[in-house]
Amino acid sequence: MTDVLDPPITSPHDDHGHEEHHGPTGILKWLTTTDHKIIGLSYTVTSVILFVIGGLFAEIIRFQLAAPNNNLVSLAQYNELFTMHGSVMIYLFAGPFAFGGLANIIVPIQIGAPDMAFPRLNALSYWLYLTGAITMLLGFFTAGGAANFGWVGYAPLSNSINTPGAGADLWIGGLLLTGFSAIFTGVNLTATIFYLRAPGMTMFRMPIFTWNMLVTGILILLAFPVLTAGLIMLYCDRHFGTHIYSVSGGGVPVLWQHIFWFWGHPEVYILALPFFGMVTEVIPVFSRKPVFGYKGMVFATMSIAALSLGVWAHHMFTTGVVLLPFFSIMSLLIAVPTGIKIFNWIGTMWRGQIWFSTAMLMAIGFVVTFLIGGLTGIYLASPPLDFFTHDTYFVVAHFHSVVMALVLGAFAGLYYWGPKITGYMLNERYGKIQFWLLFIGTQVLTFPQYLLGLRGMPRRVALYFHDPQWKVLNEWSTFGAVLIGISAAVFILNVVVSWKKHPAGDNPWDAHTLEWFTTSPPPHHNFYRLPQIRSERPTWDYNHPEHRSLGHGAHANEMVGEDVTVS
Amino acid sequence: METPTLPPQGVTVRTRRRRRVARLVALPIAALALSGCTVPTFGASQGVTSSSKSVYHLWQGFSIGAVIIGGLVIVLIGYAVLRYRRKGDSIPKQTQYHIPLEMVYTVVPILIVFGLFGATLVVENKEVANPQTSVIVAVNAFQWGWKFSYPGTSTVVVGQTTESPIMVIPVNTNVHIDLTSTDVIHGFYVKEFNFSRYALPGIVNQFTIRAESTGTFFGQCTQLCGLYHSLMFFRVKVVTPSQYTAWLASTANPAAAQASATANHQQLSSHVPSKPTKSTGAY
Repeated sequence: MTDVLDPPITSPHDDHGHEEHHGPTGILKWLTTTDHKIIGLSYTVTSVILFVIGGLFAEIIRFQLAAPNNNLVSLAQYNELFTMHGSVMIYLFAGPFAFGGLANIIVPIQIGAPDMAFPRLNALSYWLYLTGAITMLLGFFTAGGAANFGWVGYAPLSNSINTPGAGADLWIGGLLLTGFSAIFTGVNLTATIFYLRAPGMTMFRMPIFTWNMLVTGILILLAFPVLTAGLIMLYCDRHFGTHIYSVSGGGVPVLWQHIFWFWGHPEVYILALPFFGMVTEVIPVFSRKPVFGYKGMVFATMSIAALSLGVWAHHMFTTGVVLLPFFSIMSLLIAVPTGIKIFNWIGTMWRGQIWFSTAMLMAIGFVVTFLIGGLTGIYLASPPLDFFTHDTYFVVAHFHSVVMALVLGAFAGLYYWGPKITGYMLNERYGKIQFWLLFIGTQVLTFPQYLLGLRGMPRRVALYFHDPQWKVLNEWSTFGAVLIGISAAVFILNVVVSWKKHPAGDNPWDAHTLEWFTTSPPPHHNFYRLPQIRSERPTWDYNHPEHRSLGHGAHANEMVGEDVTVS
Repeated sequence: METPTLPPQGVTVRTRRRRRVARLVALPIAALALSGCTVPTFGASQGVTSSSKSVYHLWQGFSIGAVIIGGLVIVLIGYAVLRYRRKGDSIPKQTQYHIPLEMVYTVVPILIVFGLFGATLVVENKEVANPQTSVIVAVNAFQWGWKFSYPGTSTVVVGQTTESPIMVIPVNTNVHIDLTSTDVIHGFYVKEFNFSRYALPGIVNQFTIRAESTGTFFGQCTQLCGLYHSLMFFRVKVVTPSQYTAWLASTANPAAAQASATANHQQLSSHVPSKPTKSTGAY
């Protein structure tokens, strides 16, 4: 059988070989590189450091809330902390980690490309991102402190009257820089996926992760420019005397919310889709099966992206100015493609041979946590239930279920692709300890918050002395945050312990996609040779030619039961 | 399926399986039916207004759906994880599609979503309706307090942070609220109303409350509004209509109303927020 599939297509770069690539080394290499793998690794390391910084802010917030009338931080510091926690996590960690970090490294390899389509633009993206991140954090060193109007920066609280000081300006500046970095990465991903696929890699043979990154790239291009425009207008309001968002000059404060959420809701999926993609790579590999419902997955991703552009006002039901049922039904409908994905993940595991590696545990943890976040999101799509829970801890709990699911997905990606990127395995024992701490910590963090919200605790309050019942729930939530903090420490310890210890080999997981066909880490232009690409699992087909995927309807009955014999 | 002759083997397995699935689905529904009217609260409470009760019932409806669907998914994940853990190096069947099954879990959720949407519309239309009424309260939020004035009277209640100004309203009466803000966005939220609405500068938000029992209820600003957001409290006191009329008469104070109007005007024009009065501590 093997000989049928054997003749490998050599990559065009093979004849002059990666060995000939001479360039600077050390710090100069890092500063001047246009290699997507090095840029991606810089992105990954930077964003993980920012994740730790944002996590430390969260721990301080949770310790302040551990007692009802606590004095750990002042009211002003508290406002800065939760603003910067949200900003760092959403603007500087989750997105850049996904589309600047892992996707940057993995997508070109998955489609058999030597690099991103625009390598220099890719480098510019990273440097803009790093500059933006530093700019935003510098706010802490200004006289008035960092931005303190929440990560959503609602007007008119964010104008120069209510929030004077340079911290807010640095926040806007940092966000503009990282916004442009995201736009450039979106351009790069989209162009790479459309134009640099290897021979045989048709659109419907692309791995789901690549598909999701294509859709993410397009969503970035649709959404981020709107935020950029909104931020520039906010800056003009603050400094150049315009009145776009202020009532006194005939402006409309709610306009900011429209602009912000027109970016902000697609952004939720710009953050989520890459992690959906990572998990969709991990679950099939560790179930030793192809992804179940591949085309359904692709169409679900596209529907999520399309719907996400028409749901922004569900963040604004309580403004009273947008009560159109349209936004409610569109938001509810997003549950359908998301549900399809969840059932497809279960279908992939069904009758598989599940190997509970750390990556797989993280992926299953992702599915469970995202299920909770998704189900509670359905409530918020219903205006009466949104009036009831808006701006309470119920909402905080909902989106922390969602984003902590993404964190689990991020670690699934790191444990899965880490060996490919570095060439060395991470320690599985530490990984499993980390998983359980992270998974249990997440549920212990969020579950009391759901109850707190239903019992009326508002978000963004530093003190809550009027209702003694809230104390115990807050203590539990803080305990969950501590568990999550320990899990992050275990991860760092794991990296230290496993440093250059166990070489990974090309394909330690018996994985499916092209990145596992090349060496770990891959050579300068990624491939010495490529296998034939005849499905979305070229590496698997090469290694297991007798176990190729069962196509459409061929064995339609086999999923249902033992009753294959009848038909 | 109850044919006297033995059916082909596959059919029996399939029917048995179907019966098992039916039992799985029927179980939680039967449990709910048996418990009768005591549908669990799912963490929420009835509240004290007419719409808070319908919101509560909508909450229960959504929660029943969430528990059934979430439970089903968790059971499936749990089953897959326990049943299909790796047992050796054999390669399982490489199944990739099952179109009928995929259709089912596409179409059924769409139907559920439209059901939820219908229920949402019924409750929402009732909640946002503004029937004619004679009791009107103008609520004005500012950094960091509340002003409750009663148009047509000279009663004004104003207070900052932990002073917790009290809004008095009559029971079993439609109370029309005109909500606005003088500076930034605030959130008017009373837990027992199961309801919140933004107080927006430049916009008057209108809604109707019909409290069905008397008592004093805690309210708080829910939308981040600056330094003392954590302490922007108020109370709603629901009294009988006669008590309400008596209270209005006793608090009539043209001078205070005038002063408050002036103060409010100053707040609008001045950009320096006044330092709130504090009962405890130094924040």
